[in-house]
Amino acid sequence: MDEIKQKVRDYLVENFLFGDTEATLEDDQSLIDSGVIDSTGVLELITFLETEFGIAVEDDEVLPENLDSINNIAAYIERKKKE
Amino acid sequence: MAFSRKDLEIDPAQVTDQLVARMRKVIGQRFHKRGVVLGISGGVDSSVCLALSVRAFGPRHVVALALPESDSDPESAVLARKLARQFDVEFIVEDITPALAGFGTYRRRDEAIKRVFPEYDPTYKAKIVLPGNLMEKETLNVFYLTIISPEGEEKTKRLPLREYLQIVAASNFKQRSRMAMLYYHAERLNYGVVGTGNKDEHEQGFFVKWGDGGADIKPIAHLFKTQVYQLAEYLDIPEEIRSRPPTTDTYSAESTQEEFFFRVPFEVGDLVWLGMEKNVPVEEIAAAAGITPEQVERIQKDIKRKLRFAEYLKASPVHFDD
Repeated sequence: MDEIKQKVRDYLVENFLFGDTEATLEDDQSLIDSGVIDSTGVLELITFLETEFGIAVEDDEVLPENLDSINNIAAYIERKKKE
Repeated sequence: MAFSRKDLEIDPAQVTDQLVARMRKVIGQRFHKRGVVLGISGGVDSSVCLALSVRAFGPRHVVALALPESDSDPESAVLARKLARQFDVEFIVEDITPALAGFGTYRRRDEAIKRVFPEYDPTYKAKIVLPGNLMEKETLNVFYLTIISPEGEEKTKRLPLREYLQIVAASNFKQRSRMAMLYYHAERLNYGVVGTGNKDEHEQGFFVKWGDGGADIKPIAHLFKTQVYQLAEYLDIPEEIRSRPPTTDTYSAESTQEEFFFRVPFEVGDLVWLGMEKNVPVEEIAAAAGITPEQVERIQKDIKRKLRFAEYLKASPVHFDD
């Protein structure tokens, strides 16, 4: 789980925060409400998760509870890998 | 008094008088223009803007343009012509299809569509939609491409990012080309350009930056869609325009504004939004709108996200001299 969180964190910092590792990015922070990603960012994130973790994000899984924080994303990937 | 639909009501006569006075002041005294040009589509927003412009400047100082292209609904230009006749203004039709072809609009868009649906060709229709109805589930705003074969068979797939961006970027040539044509006519006449977006569109970012967002005055950009309809009735906009569902009239397949962007009927969205602005408790908004508090919260979250991300579209160029 920690390794997944770190990969997701690294991806977000690199692609949405211009590599600014000093920027605040808490594990439980809402990525959308805090302005880190917008709707096109969600599409980008989905592509990353599918490529990096070999999962298929189904249409009905595109929900904040699966994608809207580092914690939520990591838990979602764990569940998907067990399927 | 409890929050209700009445809170969305305006005094259309008073609002009209105020807008007319301000339009005259800005166009005449501040910008020193002799009249206005606007694009009319047969939709309620541009129709209201036309009526306001005629009241402000007189029909001899207003020019109305229809700016169709090959994907446009032919009904738009028909309704636009009728309206121009009703208000006795000069009416010019400028077909922007050749300009768009020159930009490669249709080719660039179709290239992206074909990457998603290899069977797609120009005999198909296509549109972009958002997932379902926001009141039913809290899905995030990701985009789906629907194609319709000449035989009427529909297929829908979630759009990958690259294809979504390319389709939208190619389609945005339409609004930007319209802006260029409006400014051609405005500048040759020394007129200003009237933008016709309403508050729902302007604040939530349902416009193309420097496309339909490019104008000199935007007389209804502070009015909820619901309020625009109230003005439309007062200003004698024909019933056939007032009863037409708001469309995007951008994609080759018919697409309502609700399915492409807003995800809820504007009659509900406007009330929920106004309640949010006035800090009305969620339960009271729910009662007024006839929906559940959970649905109110879902809609408000979606509106807040759109308001935030519309900042980019509304921003003027940023200078770094301070």
